[in-house]
Amino acid sequence: MVRKKGGGHRVSDEAEEDLSHVPLQAILLADSFAQKFRPITLERPKVLLPLVNVPMIEYTLAWLESAGVEEVFVFCCAHAKQVIEYLEKSQWFSQPNFSVTTIESHNSVSAGDALRFIYERNVIHGDFVLISGDTVSNMSLTQALQEHKDRRKKDSDAVMTMVIKTSKPSPITHQSRLGTDELFMAIDPNTKQLLYYEDRAEHMKGTISLDKTLIADHPSISLYNDKQDCYIDICSQEVLSLFTDNFDYQHLRRHFVKGLLVDDIMGYKIFTHEIHSSYAARIDNYRSYDIISKDVIQRWTYPLVPDVQFFGNAATKLERQGMYRGSDVAQSRYAQIGPFTVIGSRTSIGNNTTISNSVIGEGCTIGSNVSIEGSYVWNNVTIEDGCKLKEAIVCDGVVLKSGATLEPGVVVSFKVIIGEQFVIPAYSKVSLLPQPIKQDSDEELEYADEGSGTVETPSITSLADKELKFKSPETPHWSTSELGTSGSFYIWSLDEGGLEEEWRHSVAHIPEDKLAALLQAAENDLDVTAQDGNVLPPSGELDTHTNSENSEDDLDDLKDDSVYFEREVEATFLRAVHENVEVDNVILEVNSLRLSYNMSFVDCAGAIFYSIMKLALETPHNSTSELQRNAVNAITTWQKLLKHYLQSIDEEIEVILKYEEMCLESAKEFAPLFAQILHLLYDKDILPEEAILSWASEKEGADDTDKVFLKQAEPFIQWLNEASEEEED
Amino acid sequence: MVGICQTPIRPATRFSSLSHINLLPVLFLFVTAELLRSVISQQRVPYTNQAGALIDAVRAVGEQLIAANPVELAVGNIVRRVLYIIREENLSLAADAIGGLNLSAVSDDEDDTERDDHPVLSAAAVAAAARSTLRPPSLHALLEDTSDSAAVPHTSSGGDSEGKSKSADKSSRSRKLKHDVIEAVNELIQDISTCHEQIAEQAVEHIHQNEVILTLGRSRTVMEFLCAAKEKKRSFRVFVAEGAPRYQGHVLAKELVARGLQTTIITDSAVFAMISRVNMVIVGVHAVMANGGVIAPVGMNMVALAAQRHAVPFVVVAGSHKLCPLYPHNPEVLLNELKSPSDLLDFGEFSDCLDFGSGTGSPLLHVVNPTFDYVPPKLVSLFITDTGGHNPSYMYRLIADYYSADDLVLLFSDGSGRLMFAGGDKDAVYMEYCDLSHHFPFHCDGMNMK
Repeated sequence: MVRKKGGGHRVSDEAEEDLSHVPLQAILLADSFAQKFRPITLERPKVLLPLVNVPMIEYTLAWLESAGVEEVFVFCCAHAKQVIEYLEKSQWFSQPNFSVTTIESHNSVSAGDALRFIYERNVIHGDFVLISGDTVSNMSLTQALQEHKDRRKKDSDAVMTMVIKTSKPSPITHQSRLGTDELFMAIDPNTKQLLYYEDRAEHMKGTISLDKTLIADHPSISLYNDKQDCYIDICSQEVLSLFTDNFDYQHLRRHFVKGLLVDDIMGYKIFTHEIHSSYAARIDNYRSYDIISKDVIQRWTYPLVPDVQFFGNAATKLERQGMYRGSDVAQSRYAQIGPFTVIGSRTSIGNNTTISNSVIGEGCTIGSNVSIEGSYVWNNVTIEDGCKLKEAIVCDGVVLKSGATLEPGVVVSFKVIIGEQFVIPAYSKVSLLPQPIKQDSDEELEYADEGSGTVETPSITSLADKELKFKSPETPHWSTSELGTSGSFYIWSLDEGGLEEEWRHSVAHIPEDKLAALLQAAENDLDVTAQDGNVLPPSGELDTHTNSENSEDDLDDLKDDSVYFEREVEATFLRAVHENVEVDNVILEVNSLRLSYNMSFVDCAGAIFYSIMKLALETPHNSTSELQRNAVNAITTWQKLLKHYLQSIDEEIEVILKYEEMCLESAKEFAPLFAQILHLLYDKDILPEEAILSWASEKEGADDTDKVFLKQAEPFIQWLNEASEEEED
Repeated sequence: MVGICQTPIRPATRFSSLSHINLLPVLFLFVTAELLRSVISQQRVPYTNQAGALIDAVRAVGEQLIAANPVELAVGNIVRRVLYIIREENLSLAADAIGGLNLSAVSDDEDDTERDDHPVLSAAAVAAAARSTLRPPSLHALLEDTSDSAAVPHTSSGGDSEGKSKSADKSSRSRKLKHDVIEAVNELIQDISTCHEQIAEQAVEHIHQNEVILTLGRSRTVMEFLCAAKEKKRSFRVFVAEGAPRYQGHVLAKELVARGLQTTIITDSAVFAMISRVNMVIVGVHAVMANGGVIAPVGMNMVALAAQRHAVPFVVVAGSHKLCPLYPHNPEVLLNELKSPSDLLDFGEFSDCLDFGSGTGSPLLHVVNPTFDYVPPKLVSLFITDTGGHNPSYMYRLIADYYSADDLVLLFSDGSGRLMFAGGDKDAVYMEYCDLSHHFPFHCDGMNMK
């Protein structure tokens, strides 16, 4: 990062010379650093989970090999032992012209850590492909690589080429096909430079903001929301050192890409390469697992399809209607197997069983009258008679006793036994392992607590004993159940988001009612924007107008804000009192608070007056007279501050209203002193008589209950009235 | 055995996963043949039954090769050709032994003990001898005989164990067998690489002045064939159907224009409209089956039907390596391969039709992109191979020249139990010569589902 510009050029030139004999390298992150596949990933790393009966990492490695990559570094962190063992058993270590090396780390909690770790190893010598082990692709790298190298020759700051693909997001759910949030990208159509990247647009309340300078620098900018990030990056060596220099970069996209895009000092650039006819997608959540499985079955990933043997899959034949069948399948004559179904080898299927749109693993035993629809059944699963599965994931070694039902979106982790006639409710996750109590909301930090690798799978019998312990009240985050006659497992409770968000990422398709609700919400949104358009204020008044509009539109929101604002002001004020801060400085601080909360002077005046009175109240006192003295002191000390914010009659009335409110609610001790304090404020020239009078006249029409203080102050107001009349005379 | 073969088999299996890079089929065959040659040369030949050991080795590798890419029938053809070469060499050596050296019959019997499908040993030897004498030897064997005689002095020089003349003879025989087989495989490779030229030589006999030729897609054999006629100063025009969705016809048209041929590109769907102006259809194919039917790029059946309707000769040009000894109803023959839908439509445009999240969970849009078509023999007028022109009904006879009946079924290991032709049932294979159109799902009810 501290490298001088000229130095950068020289180094890259050298690197380019090196490129001629450096083999194409790739870093494969065999860890997603996310928790989306829990509870399955507690027992097996995500990259080894089968996608259409082949572990995901096979797809990635097969692609890397066919794309001409010669050296792959597989970075393993969570369950590193399992990954390494798997690779040792596979043929990948003995390939000619394709070397696979594993790098094991136990304390990396993010992609950033992984890349820093690899940088220290000093194994990457040129451009490399950065990919995670759950990516399925059949694209050809040649063109993208050539583009990347050509750009590097012209501009050494072009450090990364990101592969993107067109894929329309759903207009209703605001999420992509793959279940991730809508992605917004701004790309320079001429140079293909990436200018803006926002994958969490959902949280930005429908607005995105582009830096004005972008438009100044680039005559045309295309803004897309139908691009899908394939998570295949061609990086230059600098990327690794950038990660090392910026030790706070954790997430590849959220930190690194966005970091580079906003950082205009170093001027590093990211470019995009769009693929059209080839396929690339990353399995990020259960929804994308479902969708990519279906893409594989529908042959978008050709040649990485079940009936073509790349590494690690058994011979499978494609039959009519897109049905794939392994060898030695014992299928009853009366079983109905629908289109787009994959049946693994050595699986047996009983009478009158219907299977459609599903993937069945190897060595499964499926009884009679079973219905399996849109589900993923992994290897060696036993499904007894009469079970019903709809859009569920069933991991290795699971036993479903007769009559068990899995509702949509259910995930059943390894070796669970589900009892007879038991119904697992929709979107539940079932595991032999209890849900971790620590709810780490930051998904970056997955595996921080379990970097040591494999997690022992406790046997079912031992679990039954433990169960009571887990039921103890100090662990309310998850519930356990002993289910059916022979089942024993934990049903994980849903995250804080709860059922509300669960449907977004599950294997089950989005239910009708959710879609309808979303459609309704979308229409409402449209209405609101239409209204906004109608009441667009004339220029000049724009500022105030929008403020008032805001207060009407989302009153709740504003209320929250004003409460926080009041607290902040109070804290600032108290600090000023205790530390004897200059009044001017307090004004500065309050002003900055005002700006950050987008408040008006009226709010400031109210808040400051509130703080002053609170101070008076909190100063020890024994009687009301003492309290009055305190109040007088406080007001006298801080009158300059208060006055600063009392520029117009609006603010002054606000102060009176605030005071009234305090007397009524938060500081009833002031109630008997209302008139006295009001008088004091008048004496100190803080409140002019117009303000008091207009407050009084405003209150005339109010209810009797509201007039309590008006009555109390009546003599004072009368006196004021007389005084003004006298003046007129 | 498999352990030995592990290393050399890798490159071939790699190609299967690479096949989307569009390897030329001919290159594929070279790789296969060279791989088998290396298997043969690496195979340690035992003292007895060298031929059996070689056959087993080649067969084991061949099984893996075929399993790796079952749709590439030519790979299986090459494996069978190599097996046939081994058998032929062994037979001719045995015949030499019987005739020339007058060795005791016992040693020959020993050689044959491991042969799986010859239950009676002496009968086998007799049968082998009878075959080599009674049957007119194949072209191959005739050629080999001459080379054998040339090779004899060369091989006899290596005599390290002089004690027993019999064993010395055996070791030289084993070395000679291997050597001969490798020679023959080299010749096979040579044949494959020159088959285009041999076919092209016949072009002037078929293409006449001012004719209009129609072809579909791209085939190197067709291209050379047409260019050969052009070089002989024939002037004719070529219609090229583009061959959607892979549009190889565009590439062919470019090549033809570069060679100075008058070329017209038409869409596949315009074939019927144009066929009345065409004098001859000349196409290349993926494989020629034993019954004379062909497996060809998709759309070919439509072209053949149009040609038949207008009585236009439908001529298939194919090297003999494309001749597959199997019948198309054989379950071992993988008839088709479905490619990625991205050939047909743009993923980006249709991604909302494939969004399973908001739909019913099952896709409403299905895309079927088959690679091949099956053209039944009755629609083919003539085959032009490197050995000359043949009728479709002659194909089964041609097979006997290139393949041994024992090798027709290679995949014994497939445990599905759905292979009906065991080794001894070869008669049944020939008996099944009949109209096969009902065996072809993509012609009858289509791969398209209801």
